[in-house]
Amino acid sequence: MVFIVGARSKKHYMLHAIIPHSAARNFPLLTVAGLLAVWNPKVEFMPQQELDELQLKLLKTMVYRLYNFSSFYKERMNAANVTPDDIHTLADVTKLPFMTKKDLREYYPDRLFTVPRREIVRYHASSGTTGKPTIVAYTRSDIEMWSESLARALSSIGLGPDDVVQVANTYGLFTGGLGFHYAAEKIGAAVVPASTGNTERQIQMIQDLGVTAMAATPSYMMYLGEVAEKMGVSIKDTTLKYGLLGAEPWSDKMRDRIQEWLGVTGINCFGASELAGPLWSECDHQCGIHIWRDICLLEIIDPETGEQVGPGERGEMVLTMLQKEAFPIVRYRMGDITTMETEKCACGRTHPRISRITGRVDDMLIIRGINVFPSQVEYCLHTNPEVGNEFQILVDRKGYMDEMMVKVELKPEAFTDNILELNALRERISSRLKSSLNVGAKVELVAPGTLPRFEGKAKRVVDRREI
Amino acid sequence: MSDLSKYKIKQLSIFSENKPGRLAAVSKAFMEEKVNILAFSIAEGAGYGVIRVVVDKPEKGLETLQQAGFMVRFTDVMAVEMQDRPGGLYELTKMLSEAGVNVEYAYGYRNKPCAVLIIRVEDVDQGIEKVLAHGAKLLDSDHFQLDSCNK
Repeated sequence: MVFIVGARSKKHYMLHAIIPHSAARNFPLLTVAGLLAVWNPKVEFMPQQELDELQLKLLKTMVYRLYNFSSFYKERMNAANVTPDDIHTLADVTKLPFMTKKDLREYYPDRLFTVPRREIVRYHASSGTTGKPTIVAYTRSDIEMWSESLARALSSIGLGPDDVVQVANTYGLFTGGLGFHYAAEKIGAAVVPASTGNTERQIQMIQDLGVTAMAATPSYMMYLGEVAEKMGVSIKDTTLKYGLLGAEPWSDKMRDRIQEWLGVTGINCFGASELAGPLWSECDHQCGIHIWRDICLLEIIDPETGEQVGPGERGEMVLTMLQKEAFPIVRYRMGDITTMETEKCACGRTHPRISRITGRVDDMLIIRGINVFPSQVEYCLHTNPEVGNEFQILVDRKGYMDEMMVKVELKPEAFTDNILELNALRERISSRLKSSLNVGAKVELVAPGTLPRFEGKAKRVVDRREI
Repeated sequence: MSDLSKYKIKQLSIFSENKPGRLAAVSKAFMEEKVNILAFSIAEGAGYGVIRVVVDKPEKGLETLQQAGFMVRFTDVMAVEMQDRPGGLYELTKMLSEAGVNVEYAYGYRNKPCAVLIIRVEDVDQGIEKVLAHGAKLLDSDHFQLDSCNK
């Protein structure tokens, strides 16, 4: 099967031709109430009706492009009895079939890409549900859309050219590092690409460079505060004023603590590598994450029935990325549970907002910002003949950091009197887990038959974190 | 070689998670089946331990623990006698060093009038040969069959 479209024919459907990004401009000029600069005022404050029209136009164009230039989407749409001609209103999006993580896995690594290879300028990867990661590809305009989205978000909390943004998210295949990096540069801020680790140096940088905002996981922010205290540094007395926090579940309680203790405004950020990376955040009113309608069509559904639920009703987030070229995402079931607010925000922005993620529809865990599926652990354990099929995952929060432990049953034939060999086995399993999950896990060997057995759906995760 | 095999002692190695009550469960099982423990040690792993015991009835001991749900196996060790006085261990370890025997682990117990060092080496057959050649006195497995209290 061929999913690649011809470079020339596709040009007519490049989406950035429809919606102008503010890339051409150096820095935003419009100021609201004399306070905050707005990155893309035309779009961000666009009246609902105009947004409806814009979104519909983008949706139609996207569906047309996918139907005609991707055999995957064409087959999917045919199977669902829908063609581009059936999309007349925004409500017609529900005619399109859902996509799940399973699709991304099945079409690994690049069979969902819809541009020729030569148009791809970047790859990232996220952890998959089994041994394989999900590869995400970007064209130049995908990177542009991604940083445009987050540039609006960063501006909406008041960041701009006077700011110094320290990115303490991992750089590399994970999207957290480069995502914030590009957006912060785009708004004219100075970037400190600190990546993760070396906390003492991170604190030194904050002091020496006058860092005003830091992108990190909320638990790392807390950890940093603790290390600073040990160094005799009060974060409150530094220039650091904003925490761009996300990639893991956190609570209002944790936000209050960060704000009171560190004097850092905790801004809730959201994104996912399948979508591009970190894309959205709250504005300075901190009342929900603004999801830009020209970039993404947001739905909240009842995970059981698949039907849309109304504003304020809890359900599973389903996202359609309207402008993606290399790796389209259509009605992608995120698995995250949240609610949508459609009323205009106090900041004046007209786009819908989502509340804090309150749970998952599946058994996915987020450990130190990394998505972990129990099925990945299972898959990895299968490669070790010395241990059985039963396992248990225990998650704790030690201080401010997540700790994961995997208990496995040692097979009797693998039991040896030699402690060194047993310890080496444990280390080997642990390092295999780390390389497949991208997050460290301790391994505990237990005797056969001692882990709980399940008749129905196995409950293999014991999450003891209090967030 | 068959002559030397009597010096191979069947030690029981028991896998045990590090939690209260495991040791009690092992010793209770032995008590109920009247298996007498002659020497005993615990090796600390990471989150688990290996309990090593020399008992009077190894086959019975193995069966008992297996029935009690323990992961247990035999490990061949040798039992070397040493003098029960200051310098006894030195004489023995000096001999081991001269014999070129590398000890994986060892633990001792007192067995009047002598003391005994239970030694695990990588190649037990070779170890037995070497220490015998250096004049060591090894206890044979029959020695442990007898209940030492009744001797």
